[in-house]
Amino acid sequence: MGKYILKRILIAIPVLIGITIIDYGIMCLAGSPLEMLQGPRVSEGALEAKRIALGLDKPFYIQYFVWLGQLLRGNLGYSMKSYQSVSAMIGSHLGPTLLLMGVSLVISLLLAIPAGIYSAVHQYSKGDYTVVTLSFLGSSVPGFFLSLLLIYIFTVRLGLLPSSGMTTLGTSGGVADVAKHMVMPVIVLAASMAGSNIRYIRSSVLEILQQDYLRTARAKGIGRFKVIYKHALRNALVPIVTVIGMQIPMLFGGAIIIEQVFSWPGLGLMTMSAISNRDYPVIMGVCLLSAIVVLVGNLLTDILYALVDPTIQL
Amino acid sequence: MVISIVKAQDKNKSIATESYRQTVFRRFRRHHLAAASLIVLAVLCLAAILAPFIAPYEPDAIVGPFSGAPCKEFLLGTDQIGRDVLSRLLYATRVSLLVGVMATLLSTVIGVALGLAAGYFGGVVDMVIMRFTDMVMSFPYILLVLVAASIFKPGLWNIILILGFVDWPGIARLVRGNVLSLRETNFVKGNIVAGMPLRHILFSEILPNTVAPILVYGTSVLALSMLDEAALSFLGMGVQPPMASLGNMLNGAQSLTVLTDKPWLWIPPGLLIVVLVVAINFVGDALRDALDPNSEKR
Repeated sequence: MGKYILKRILIAIPVLIGITIIDYGIMCLAGSPLEMLQGPRVSEGALEAKRIALGLDKPFYIQYFVWLGQLLRGNLGYSMKSYQSVSAMIGSHLGPTLLLMGVSLVISLLLAIPAGIYSAVHQYSKGDYTVVTLSFLGSSVPGFFLSLLLIYIFTVRLGLLPSSGMTTLGTSGGVADVAKHMVMPVIVLAASMAGSNIRYIRSSVLEILQQDYLRTARAKGIGRFKVIYKHALRNALVPIVTVIGMQIPMLFGGAIIIEQVFSWPGLGLMTMSAISNRDYPVIMGVCLLSAIVVLVGNLLTDILYALVDPTIQL
Repeated sequence: MVISIVKAQDKNKSIATESYRQTVFRRFRRHHLAAASLIVLAVLCLAAILAPFIAPYEPDAIVGPFSGAPCKEFLLGTDQIGRDVLSRLLYATRVSLLVGVMATLLSTVIGVALGLAAGYFGGVVDMVIMRFTDMVMSFPYILLVLVAASIFKPGLWNIILILGFVDWPGIARLVRGNVLSLRETNFVKGNIVAGMPLRHILFSEILPNTVAPILVYGTSVLALSMLDEAALSFLGMGVQPPMASLGNMLNGAQSLTVLTDKPWLWIPPGLLIVVLVVAINFVGDALRDALDPNSEKR
């Protein structure tokens, strides 16, 4: 097990280095940061001095190694807009995003796991068709359109829910207030996640139900309930773990558009404003962070596999 | 009784002798929702292609009052600067379908080429290609698209290129997996022993046997890239006005007055996206079932 994890981490390192190169390449492609400073009041001499100070006069690969060295010391650079350090900005915006995405993920799983299993067990029944159709609808509705519909119904027409932010302005915002602000974004996110999860779990359970050991279990007459809830469900844990693993990267990157629509003060909103301000150090910091999260997520998924499935030897 | 047995035998006989294409068609038709979706898609595509002939007005011409409600003259009303919403909707469908189809074709070509190379040659080639695939997949999808859209000038062809260059890893993995198993089959080994040229083995033996899963996966990429185009255009980073796309027609709904008082401006394009994407997904699902050689008789 320890050896396997070590091996996986060693494989992940070249991928990560590749990602930093792509990151840095995009940053350079996007143009020199000095372009942001240019203006009638900035002299050529000052630009030249700045260029040397920032190390932009050196060749590309040296610049990359300087950047990488800074990165290894935990310095992600500074925002060009607010001059805050990127790591501090990410730190302060991470909480709301994790809260929003965590709650959505849990709710989508609570919906998808029973629905997917029900649908598989009752394959080709009316209930199955309903679940599958709804799941297609859930994953086909663009998040921003569903958000607009919900805002139209609950905020504009009924006046029940607030449509933007995390807390009501001017109040300290208790748990109830935050929860109220979360209802609509969570519905939108959970609907789209549940849509694809339901189909994935359904097809995995269907596959399990066709296995020989389940036929044996049925043949020995232990009853439908025990067959499904004991023999089938335990094996269905593997696909469920896969679903959770696939969703981990979504926890960070998935909510950009929804956060934008609902002005939820998370990483997505920060990234979106960084993108429109062309604040490259911030964008690169977020890209790097999410790439690490994806790699760690993949590793965790594989370890979880081994835990739920004793036949997988790592 | 006798007649029914004869009929059943007839049916079995016809199933036994039917061609692969007939089997696929018969299985596909069983999915009523998918068959209906296919008709809906055909109608919408036709409407999009024929937009210049059936649109009542020029899409970019100012022909009516500002933000006029739907009436006899303007069936879906007019937008903030007096353009006919129905005409714009037809042209927008055209643009959105074009983006989706072109991006899907591009990513399929890239994915198939890389997947074939990785799976067939193995070794170092496989290593490099698959690590590169891992890298592209490790970027959160929408973030990558947004960053790319911010660096390159947004516009119709750039959106197609961006989506095309981002969507391919799934297809590459799928093709590689299929090639790995096909390479071990006797007919491919036979070709290698017979000294057939590489081009023949790759494109005439291996590729045709992996078309079905690519087709199924392609439909989901099509649905996804249409959703992404809509999201990008909605955020103002996709297809740029005055050209209409389903996403940028929804852009106006970010303002509260449009959202509250002028539902005819944002509900039709939104619904159209939903209908298109749902229909594509249904068709894809039925195709998966119809093309799967292992699927049950049902």
